[in-house]
Amino acid sequence: MSEALQLLWTDYTLRNVAAGTAVLGAVSGALGCFAVLRRRSLLGDAVSHAALPGIVLAWLLTGSKAAPVLVAGAGITGWLGAAAVSALARRERIREDTALALVLSVFFGAGLMLLTVVQGRPDASQAGLDTFLFGQAAALVERDVLTMGAVGGVAVLVLALFWKEFKLLSFDADAAAVAGYPVKLLDHLLTLLLVVAVVVGLQAVGVVLMSSLLIAPAAAARQWTNRLGRMVVLAAVIGAMSGALGAAVSGLAPGIPTGPAVVLAATAAFVVSLLFSPSRGLVSRRLRAAARDRRLRTEGDAS
Amino acid sequence: MTPQTEIQLIAVAAAAACALSGTFLVLRRMAMIADAVSHAVLPGIVIAFLLGGGLGSPLLAFGAALSGVATVALVEALQRTKLVKEDTAIGLVFPALFAFGVVLVSRYADHVHLDVDAVLLGELAFAPFERMIIAGRDVGPRALWIAGGALVLNVAAVSVFFKELKLVTFDPALAAALGFSPLLLHYGLMTLVSATAVASFDAVGLVLVVALMVGPAAAAWLLTDRLAVLLPLAAGLGATSAVAGYWLARWFDASIAGAMAVCVGLVFLLVFSFAPRRGLLARRRMLATQRREFAMTLLAVHLAQHEGTVDEADESRLASLHLHLHWDEDRLRRTVRDGLNRGWLRREDDRLLLEDAGRSAARTVFARAWPQGTGTTPHRI
Repeated sequence: MSEALQLLWTDYTLRNVAAGTAVLGAVSGALGCFAVLRRRSLLGDAVSHAALPGIVLAWLLTGSKAAPVLVAGAGITGWLGAAAVSALARRERIREDTALALVLSVFFGAGLMLLTVVQGRPDASQAGLDTFLFGQAAALVERDVLTMGAVGGVAVLVLALFWKEFKLLSFDADAAAVAGYPVKLLDHLLTLLLVVAVVVGLQAVGVVLMSSLLIAPAAAARQWTNRLGRMVVLAAVIGAMSGALGAAVSGLAPGIPTGPAVVLAATAAFVVSLLFSPSRGLVSRRLRAAARDRRLRTEGDAS
Repeated sequence: MTPQTEIQLIAVAAAAACALSGTFLVLRRMAMIADAVSHAVLPGIVIAFLLGGGLGSPLLAFGAALSGVATVALVEALQRTKLVKEDTAIGLVFPALFAFGVVLVSRYADHVHLDVDAVLLGELAFAPFERMIIAGRDVGPRALWIAGGALVLNVAAVSVFFKELKLVTFDPALAAALGFSPLLLHYGLMTLVSATAVASFDAVGLVLVVALMVGPAAAAWLLTDRLAVLLPLAAGLGATSAVAGYWLARWFDASIAGAMAVCVGLVFLLVFSFAPRRGLLARRRMLATQRREFAMTLLAVHLAQHEGTVDEADESRLASLHLHLHWDEDRLRRTVRDGLNRGWLRREDDRLLLEDAGRSAARTVFARAWPQGTGTTPHRI
């Protein structure tokens, strides 16, 4: 373990990877809180899948594989996917779950088709899809980390600027509407932030696992506090630690890819929180129930 | 059979099988379970693989189906703690299981000749190369047997338990009261979904499984209210998308799985737009009709209100009527035209007068709004 920590500081690649995944974990942890609280946890999954056609199109139209170009393309179709989900889910007989599943699979299929057409070969695995599916954290260089930090920083800044509005929207949207806040606009803005968090993370952890980075740190943080401010900060810390830990583990054990390692670290943080959080945790709940039983029994004997 | 025919048959069988079990997922608001289960079968597949099962062996299918059911059980256990909501529980469980599966594949890459891409995306184009040999005779591609088996299993399960599934889906409380176990049927359905996902992933890949389970069922539900029609309709739409996808992929030399998902999306979009009663256009037309009816009735009520009063002449003048109703002139013109056509109104010089039909329409509204004996009577509108 100490060897791993030392490597984190001395090894250039590993330091970049760890810094990148930590930044990503912090940003998605903070923004994921709102998705989790608003019962939109799975929107991130739809957005990350919907990003694929955007990446291919951006590459096709500009001929460039530079990260900012691809991220912009991913953002556009990712946002379209989110918009499609909310447009569909408003309709009769189409529930949110159906809309999510439909959008994520159809957009992803469209991306897959585009990619194979562009590459001129029907075999997707040779077409460079792996990097997109599972991310390529090991290829992160210092500039990538700085870009991720800058974009994520802006997203967090927007979150801080509209803190009061987002808080009201998340806990009592009706009250926000009555008070005259532009609820629809705020909703779009929050979705946009989610899209930003997703596309920033795609490069590092990939499509399939990105949604977990939005959910697990937030769900873990939720167990420790009932205050939104503390929850967001805690989720960011848990996300950052999971990112760094995952990177360290995969750096030490070369067989383990970074994305899955980060996800497993974040999931472990959630499991620990679920069991041992002092107020809500399953273990402390059980202990309190046992103590209450004992007290009732002794009081019963006394009287 | 040519390889082309074989590929299409495999796709049709997989699509129909997915659509049948997927219909119940859509009806029960569990569409994202299809996504979760299809991803979470990965560790089951890998573990079964490590234990010595080859691709397509019963052990593999068993392992995968087991991890699919375990996913659902885990999601529900998490929900029961009441510490996380359903969507969060789903989003926590399946990425973790999938990540675990990927780690297993990477750790034991030497022993596992298993390509995660192939699991996710399918290798339908290569399916005809793997043959099923029984007693030395070639009886067709193995994938066709697997997908066909899944289809037979789905048809059998859905027709044998049709009544039970219907009851549990639409009224779980009644089902429980009548002595059917919703829990048993629920897990039966989840086993069916997992088995179908596993049988299909080999041919079409995990992501497409989600499209095939959800898309055709969602489209078919916009077309019918009857479960007995919904199921075959969903299967038919799924099969159509599969064949169309195959040809689309051939045309562009693209991934078959991707093209099929695109066709599922297109079929859904077509139905979503043009379905006779629930389609976007039909709804829009209905809304427009309602709006015109309402405007016409409002105009009749206005005229009836002022009939025989001192300001009747003023309130029924065509040139200024829109001001009284707070309408724009265009709306007034259209409504007057509707009213004249319907025979509710007639024109006299620059004034608009009610015919009997229009007057009785206005009375109906009065009678509905102020039932007799409520003590209030309408005044000016």
